[in-house]
Amino acid sequence: MKEGFRQAMAWLHTWTGLIFGWLLFAIFLTGTMSYFKEEISHWSQPEVRSHPLDPAASLGLAQAYLQANAGSASSWFIRLPSVREPALNVGWRADGGGRRGFINKALDAQSGEVVEARDSRGGEFFYRFHFQLQMPHPWGRWLSTFCALIMLLGLVTGIITHKKIFKEFFTFRPGKGQRSWLDGHNAIGVLVLPFHLMISYSSLVLFMYMVMPASIMASYDSPRGYFNELFGQSEAPKSAGIVAPMTSLPSLYAKVQEQVPGARLGWIEVQHPGDQNARVNFTRAAADSVAYRRSGSWSFDGVSGELLRSGKAESTAVMVSGTFVGLHMGNFAEPWLRWLYFVFGIAGTAVIGTGLVMWLGKRQLKHATSGSLPTELRLVEVLNIASMSGLLLGVAAFFWANRLLPVAMQGRADWEINSFLLVWALSLPHAMLRPGRRAWGEQLALGALAFALLPLLNGLTTGQGLNHSIAVGDWAMAGFDLTALALGLFLAWAAHKMLRAPKPVAKRAPRAAKAPRETLAEPEVN
Amino acid sequence: MKSKTAGVPLRYRLAVTSRSLAALLGGYLLASMASVCITLLAPMPKVDAVLSGMMLSFVFYVLAFIWCFACRSAWRAWFGVVLPSLVLAMINGLAYWMQYP
Repeated sequence: MKEGFRQAMAWLHTWTGLIFGWLLFAIFLTGTMSYFKEEISHWSQPEVRSHPLDPAASLGLAQAYLQANAGSASSWFIRLPSVREPALNVGWRADGGGRRGFINKALDAQSGEVVEARDSRGGEFFYRFHFQLQMPHPWGRWLSTFCALIMLLGLVTGIITHKKIFKEFFTFRPGKGQRSWLDGHNAIGVLVLPFHLMISYSSLVLFMYMVMPASIMASYDSPRGYFNELFGQSEAPKSAGIVAPMTSLPSLYAKVQEQVPGARLGWIEVQHPGDQNARVNFTRAAADSVAYRRSGSWSFDGVSGELLRSGKAESTAVMVSGTFVGLHMGNFAEPWLRWLYFVFGIAGTAVIGTGLVMWLGKRQLKHATSGSLPTELRLVEVLNIASMSGLLLGVAAFFWANRLLPVAMQGRADWEINSFLLVWALSLPHAMLRPGRRAWGEQLALGALAFALLPLLNGLTTGQGLNHSIAVGDWAMAGFDLTALALGLFLAWAAHKMLRAPKPVAKRAPRAAKAPRETLAEPEVN
Repeated sequence: MKSKTAGVPLRYRLAVTSRSLAALLGGYLLASMASVCITLLAPMPKVDAVLSGMMLSFVFYVLAFIWCFACRSAWRAWFGVVLPSLVLAMINGLAYWMQYP
């Protein structure tokens, strides 16, 4: 530990950043992708067609389908199509099926027929990976939440470290190696600071009931009691065992529209369908407001259609926590704001990436003349490569597998995920076998190729390539292809830099010597 | 702190480990105690008090981390998180006993 508060904070920033940076990079990248979860799923399942939205008609279709196919289920779930999600999703819990007996089907929003789409987790996979890290429950959630705390700590210590935070914001000195990385790290970090603070703090709020349960334990007998009071839920009535015809769901939808004109709906749950005690619960779509609101819910008697209860109004504390949750998820964001979220997410990923590169770069300089790195620095270099460019290759592998695996293959969705993990894992031995810059360059070049060719692969395998998607105005599909193309071009540029650049050390030394004193004094912060 | 790990004495490494544990475990204890304290003392409906306590607890966790690495020795790091935790625990015990006798 160095003397002085700011030095100590710089030390903390550096080392927590190094240890958790690799994982945080993956969490930020997949989290950023999750802002386009539905769009990625749409690309992954091109068989699902979009139709103009007609919620009442869709509800009627869902009810007819569930009546015919899941008449004896203990509960039904319906999710209406939205601007972003074309399918009408229905699910049910088979009677006596327990927790595992849950069946999901995607219906065509116009015909009500089951869509025979390829088996793929699509955007859902990256969304789940973002906070579960493909680990058994609940360890992934604990680890990712702890990473969020470290991110928050990194932001606070980073702010303390920068005495000239405002000036640094306007400072960028390109083409100066280590100094440019630091300027970039600072500028992006400060520019997007409000977003960074919000996103890391709100992830703690998301899982606070799990990671900080002392308050709940002190006030409630069980977490269930707390949740029931928080969401104003009442226990579902027992099934009466008497068959009774159900009221039509579209008529209930009309009643909700009377209460709140124009409300879009999220989940719809039917408890005990076809029973005397049937209950229908409507929840308002998260896209309708910034905050997650418990007030947007209505509970109907499933036989008479009488409105039994609507959601409790929010208190200040509920509104504050709901706002943090809503801001994190960004469900309310319309396309432009959604892109802004995406760009900010990339900025967060870049801050972590530049930090990792800098940590190594600064220490590499001392060994520039000998040409070989001590083991621990080499380890960091290999992990940097595998966790950044290797992860991008894994993501590319997921999408290639999505288009190349046979549609009828058994366990297809699992093999998409396996391809992601396998290619990511393979990037590690590659990084170990090749010298640093070459390993970077080769992986980035392969990534460039893999992403830039994705639109072509899409066009060849599904006939929904850019020529088609732009012509019919399918901007979710076209947006994915164009983003992949842009990412491919960016990676090509980065690979070119890595493979072509001469050893930068000799050139930089005299310049650094001429630099003003204050800038020289500062690199000790990284 | 320098990358020349060979030159770092064992004593220094143990001190850093001790500080890390103080931050991780002691900080968690402090954050939990603070959240319970806010929950029990805040003049709000129960569910709101729980939410407020949990939301504010992370402030204490971050502050504990900062303290553990900013203070002069590893002993002070432990002292600085455990002592306030004990004080808060006593307040919590008293408040709990008064609310749920």
